Amino acid sequence: MNEMSKIEPAPLRFEAPPATSLLAHARHIVAENPVTGFAFALFALIVLAALLGPSLVPYDPLASNTSAALQGPSASHWFGTDQLGRDIFSRVVAATRLDFSIAVTSVALVFVLGGLAGVTAGFFGGWVDTLVGRIADTIMAFPLFVLAMGIVAALGNSVTNIVIATAIINFPLYARVARAEANIRREAGFVQAARLSGNSEWRLLLTQIVPNIMPIMAVQMSLTMGYAILNAAGLSFIGLGVRPPTPEWGIMVAEGASFIVSGEWWVALFPGLALMTAVFCFNLLGDGVRDLVDPQRRN
Amino acid sequence: MSAPPLLDVRKLTVEFATRRGTVQAVKAIDLSVGKGETVAVVGESGSGKSVTSYAMVRILDRAGRIADGSISFSGVDLVAASEAQMRDLRGREISMIFQNPRAALNPIRKVGRQIEDVLVQHVQATRATAREKAIEALEKVRIARPEERYDAYPFELSGGMCQRVVIALALACQPQLLIADEPTTGLDVTTQKAVMDLIVELTRERGMSTILITHDLGLAAAYSDRVVVMEKGRVVETAGALDIFRDPQHPYTRKLMKATPRLGMSLQDLLPDGREVRERPSPEGEAGAAGSPARSPLGPPLLVVENLVKEYPRPPKGSLLARLTGKAEPEAQPFRAVDGIGFEVRRGETLGLVGESGCGKSTTSMMLNRLLDPTAGRILFDGQDIGAIPAKGFAASPFRQRIQMVFQDPTDSLNPRFTAERAIADPILRMGKIRGRAALRARCEELARSVGLPTELIDRFPHQLSGGQKARVGIARAIALDPDLVILDEPTAALDVSVQAVVLNLLDELKQRLGMSYIFVSHDLNVVRLLCDRVVVMRSGRIVEQGTAEEVLGDPKAAYTRELLSAIPHPPA
Repeated sequence: MNEMSKIEPAPLRFEAPPATSLLAHARHIVAENPVTGFAFALFALIVLAALLGPSLVPYDPLASNTSAALQGPSASHWFGTDQLGRDIFSRVVAATRLDFSIAVTSVALVFVLGGLAGVTAGFFGGWVDTLVGRIADTIMAFPLFVLAMGIVAALGNSVTNIVIATAIINFPLYARVARAEANIRREAGFVQAARLSGNSEWRLLLTQIVPNIMPIMAVQMSLTMGYAILNAAGLSFIGLGVRPPTPEWGIMVAEGASFIVSGEWWVALFPGLALMTAVFCFNLLGDGVRDLVDPQRRN
Repeated sequence: MSAPPLLDVRKLTVEFATRRGTVQAVKAIDLSVGKGETVAVVGESGSGKSVTSYAMVRILDRAGRIADGSISFSGVDLVAASEAQMRDLRGREISMIFQNPRAALNPIRKVGRQIEDVLVQHVQATRATAREKAIEALEKVRIARPEERYDAYPFELSGGMCQRVVIALALACQPQLLIADEPTTGLDVTTQKAVMDLIVELTRERGMSTILITHDLGLAAAYSDRVVVMEKGRVVETAGALDIFRDPQHPYTRKLMKATPRLGMSLQDLLPDGREVRERPSPEGEAGAAGSPARSPLGPPLLVVENLVKEYPRPPKGSLLARLTGKAEPEAQPFRAVDGIGFEVRRGETLGLVGESGCGKSTTSMMLNRLLDPTAGRILFDGQDIGAIPAKGFAASPFRQRIQMVFQDPTDSLNPRFTAERAIADPILRMGKIRGRAALRARCEELARSVGLPTELIDRFPHQLSGGQKARVGIARAIALDPDLVILDEPTAALDVSVQAVVLNLLDELKQRLGMSYIFVSHDLNVVRLLCDRVVVMRSGRIVEQGTAEEVLGDPKAAYTRELLSAIPHPPA
């Protein structure tokens, strides 16, 4: 019936469309939406900076040079220097690795744990559902950034604990999205059909449900990635987690903040811009990722 | 017809911008509708019949545009009309009824209020008189106790009732033209008859013109003056309703007529001449493929159902407050979806399970294929009570591979992330004995061939396959482990008649070849007549009548069966 209700050009429905390769598909997605192409390019730049940044930068990000302290942007110091004469450009680029790895690790962690808890709750229902739901509710009951501060303060001031705290505050988002998506697919025809094929319930969950909610989870990951970077930088900004002199965007903004009033704006501006660009990039990336991983869009 | 037609469509071409360039969905068609005339537009999915109607009221989606041609409606050029003019025309002069009445109604607004909204919008009533007029409109579409129904929400009404409300909405402003796009698809036959009779009566009464868009030739014949047959965006034939059935001119019309199941036909009659069901004949021979279906001698009972019951608790009664505080009284009597039914299926037999929506046939089939636990009763399969094995653990039972199912919606029943091969291989991987990549591939190809699916298509994902191809994948998966019993749950309901004809023949041939038994769940008595040896008619969870297909459908004893049979629209023989 739904076959007939859709308005679609005729020939596409009669002759099945040919398969497209992933690369051709990606090319089409980018051509269709230039913003997606821009986001992917930005993402590539961030990944490159995270991988190679420290070895490419012109100065040692930790080397201080008091004779050149607080110099404005120039040909030799593109982003200027800070109060200890360290090159801000080198520090901003070098910081990418730390901020990016915190975000990636915490998102990967919450994707696995939150996603699994969510699909299990949505697919099986019953007490698992109640349990996961209540845990998510409890976490959501706190102002999330304050909760993250509390977790880091309680567990100890380390990068690992920032990762854990960021993962915990994102847990409800992942658990709820995964739960809702698993729940609507629980009684879908293809799940019933797989049940008839002799699949156990756990196998149904892993082979039928999980692959089908991946597009939605991928979008979720991209969106929370930006949020995770912001969260990590925020914690460092207030003095939790990463310690100076490690180059990190949050610390650099915090250090630079005191110089804005005296006119040395570049100390805080450039790390702040880097942070903003990264968050912006991940938010834009969400839609592109969905288009790319959704098999329905492949024709 | 001497007077100028009410609606005159000339050389209309509609294009859609797609990824692979521009596609013409409608190609230079001519169509006219006279005053008071009912014209049926008939075609299969993709024929452009719906797109044509959307173009007439200019509600094409963003990718579509009218590339060429003219549409004039009582002198107004609809192609050139401004959006404001169109808004005024829609509803007041031309109104539409869509396929799914529930989707056409606002789910959180009382139906009476929705009718009022339309009346007030088009200045047919003021807020003061609206209620009265809305009740009047409900009365006109034969809704019993309209004062009470005025306060009903769409979910509280049946599908047929919702469609009546939609008709009331469509006719509220006395339009000159009604476009009904598959108005009864998805409704039961008896409801279909009531709704169609109502549409015809109301439009005749008001001298309105109607365009009836449908895939059902029988329906078109029974309710229209003229029939326009469309194929792939072109009008292939236009003729009076009676003429087109007596003497179809175009080969496509003939093919369509032939594929529509009717009285006194056999399954093979549905196929166009010279068309084989399978791509290649199987080594097992053409046992059932030639001549009239030689019904195999019926063996001992394979499945015996005794006093099967499925109960669901009713929602507790009481006010919202009582429900929220948990003080509501649970309803003492649970709802019986299936109420003590019993029948048997013999080896090699096809049993038809027939009834209208809500009769319990789907619940029954879910219990038989052990996805649902019965409340009471026994399901004896090969002498063993498989009803006692809980549905949760049935996947591990040796009986699992002996009972399989073909689902109603071929799209919904295939995992969008599995290729056709992976879908067919799924039961083999779980329960079969074939191991090794190459052997599995060979078996999948063999199965694909036996259901007439070209083997080069088995690496494709479901969305890269057509409806008929997806249906074949579903069938291949069901027969992958040579089951004894296959439950067919309306396997052709989502398919076009010509595809249905091929799939039905395929199913029948597979049954003969593999010695399976079928339970064929359907609401379409014409199809049941063709495929089934015996028929069970259900209503409200009980069996009304059962017997051989000839007995039940030829000489029905129960009044309900007679009612069902008489509601089927027949093309004139």
